[in-house]
Amino acid sequence: MGPLIEENLKQEVVLQGIAAAPGIAMGRVHLYNKHVPKIPDRTILPDEVPVEIERLHHAVARSEKELDKILGYAEQKLGGGKSKIFEAQIMILNDPLLFEAIETRIRSECKNAEFIINDEINKYQRLMLVAKDEYIRERAYDIDDLKNRILRNIQQERLYSRLEGSSVIVAESLTSADTILFSRNDVLGYATDLGGITSHAALLSRSLKIPAVVGLRDVTNKVYSGDEVVIDGYSGRFIIHPSKESIAEFEARRAKFLAFEQKLAGLRDLPSETLDRKRIDLSVNIEFEDELEFALLQGAEGIGLYRTERLILERDVIPNEEEQYEEYKRIADKMYPHRVILRTFDIGGDKVLPQSLPEANPYLGWRGIRICLDEPQLFLDQLRAILRASTRKNVAMMFPMVATVGEVREAKKMVEQAKAELRARGVPFDDHMKIGVMIEVPSAAVMAEEISRETDFVSIGTNDLIQYLLAVDRTNSVVAGLYQEFHPAVLRSIKHIIDASHKSKVWVGMCGEMAGDPLAVILLVGLGLDEFSVVPAVLPEIKKIIRSIKYKEAKRIAEKALRFSTEEEVEQYLREVIKEKFPEIPLG
Amino acid sequence: MIEREVTIKNRTGLHTRPAATLVKLAAKFKSDFFIFKDGLQINGKSIIGVMTLAAEQGSKLILRFNGEDEGEAANAIVELFEKGFEEI
Repeated sequence: MGPLIEENLKQEVVLQGIAAAPGIAMGRVHLYNKHVPKIPDRTILPDEVPVEIERLHHAVARSEKELDKILGYAEQKLGGGKSKIFEAQIMILNDPLLFEAIETRIRSECKNAEFIINDEINKYQRLMLVAKDEYIRERAYDIDDLKNRILRNIQQERLYSRLEGSSVIVAESLTSADTILFSRNDVLGYATDLGGITSHAALLSRSLKIPAVVGLRDVTNKVYSGDEVVIDGYSGRFIIHPSKESIAEFEARRAKFLAFEQKLAGLRDLPSETLDRKRIDLSVNIEFEDELEFALLQGAEGIGLYRTERLILERDVIPNEEEQYEEYKRIADKMYPHRVILRTFDIGGDKVLPQSLPEANPYLGWRGIRICLDEPQLFLDQLRAILRASTRKNVAMMFPMVATVGEVREAKKMVEQAKAELRARGVPFDDHMKIGVMIEVPSAAVMAEEISRETDFVSIGTNDLIQYLLAVDRTNSVVAGLYQEFHPAVLRSIKHIIDASHKSKVWVGMCGEMAGDPLAVILLVGLGLDEFSVVPAVLPEIKKIIRSIKYKEAKRIAEKALRFSTEEEVEQYLREVIKEKFPEIPLG
Repeated sequence: MIEREVTIKNRTGLHTRPAATLVKLAAKFKSDFFIFKDGLQINGKSIIGVMTLAAEQGSKLILRFNGEDEGEAANAIVELFEKGFEEI
């Protein structure tokens, strides 16, 4: 078995996952296992003690070197101040008391270094794991990471993120930090067992333009490092040991995509409007400040969604008003004169606020505006920071997870209070800042007319709206297939939201993934959507489609699409339309 | 020996950043420095120990200083707690 079998005799295996970031890549697998080190339990001779102590020192020094590097990358990718956890890990490596205790025990118990390191650090981990505070329990995993790093280094194994040549990373799951770390190398693609399309690692790989397929269930059991694979981030396919025919097919597909992307390059400075001159705002969803430059290069004319909760998620503390202000102001200045819509903290759900409680149903629990209204201090700090960043009048804000008109009114009252506080302090801000609401809860969709009357704009968050409307958790790979973007109920809800908001003379944007789906663009233009907010990578493609159609025609297409009663019919119809009108657009 | 009682004032408790600040300050003094909470005793000069304390906002800690510069150590560290680690 193994090396004796020639490459071309291996059976091709095709796995279907969820396409998470577009692109096609071919290459060899780098299987990334979160290292779980073996811990031998040996009794040593007193003579061996100095050797064990030397091994310990060596492992600590190597670990520190690795962490210094990671800290450097993290600071570069995420900006300073957001990489505190790595600094804390380095401090622990320099904790004199911890290592004195370990050395003393190696001497007195005559045990090998791994055994004592593991046992000593476990004591602290156990204490953290029983803490009431979820935040402290989380820290136990960081301590675990650090312990495993020392143990791996004592056994002289290499740092996982260093790749030999270019590779496709295959892992059970990837965190944002893993994704950042790997992206320093020549990564061809990411494939994971777990995870839905909205996980942060997937969002990040889209900004980095690295193809990704997630939700492959057990791909880590099916490949070895060095296996040849094809990853198709358009269709979600992952092919192990591709045959010559498959390789040829994917190369042709890739060439088609690349040619199309090249054609788009000239579009940047052209306006985003239909052939019959209906202007459509085309903006981007941004999570990391790093993405801004790329977004502007792609021709973005504003930020339709800036995810402020990243400020909380990537550091240990809730940033104060001043820290928030600095970031918001920087973003607003970089985008000026374009508009920046800052979405207030959307925490909860899969994101965890340090003091939040475990919930049986976090997606139906304490999240978004609910947290902000329950934690007025937190909310007011943010509102003041946003208001202060608005002095050049290109900043707007919107509230997530709104379910009732009452919540909008209450949030607006808080905005008034924040304004009054700033006035009292003599701090300038834009008194006419536009305020919007995300429509992502079905009750808000139904009440769109009343809600939009309270606001200056609304933005449809399709990811959550579809999940709630169809009762499907798309990060749950068992039911993810039931997530249907073109479900007739979704189409009708969107139509209702747009019509109702237009009645209130309020413009409607969309910042969910549907806005960036080439198949959906004509339909959405036809339904009357005023603004598309998409990930930077797909922006030129969306602009190209908008510029190739007449609004009048799109309206007819939308009217027809609304008459179908199943998603399959809708999708098939839209595919036919695209094929007929835009044969050069490669669809997933 | 000096003993002082302090309350955690900052919102997120004695988490990573304040723990680091505390340990760095404690290292400047020669005196031994121990923290007591709910029957648990940890060495205040050990970052992993302080992180383990899981001290949330509002929790009360006993600080014990013992050594030649215990007076200065106590004043400096209690002041740090009073200021809420400058991040209230």
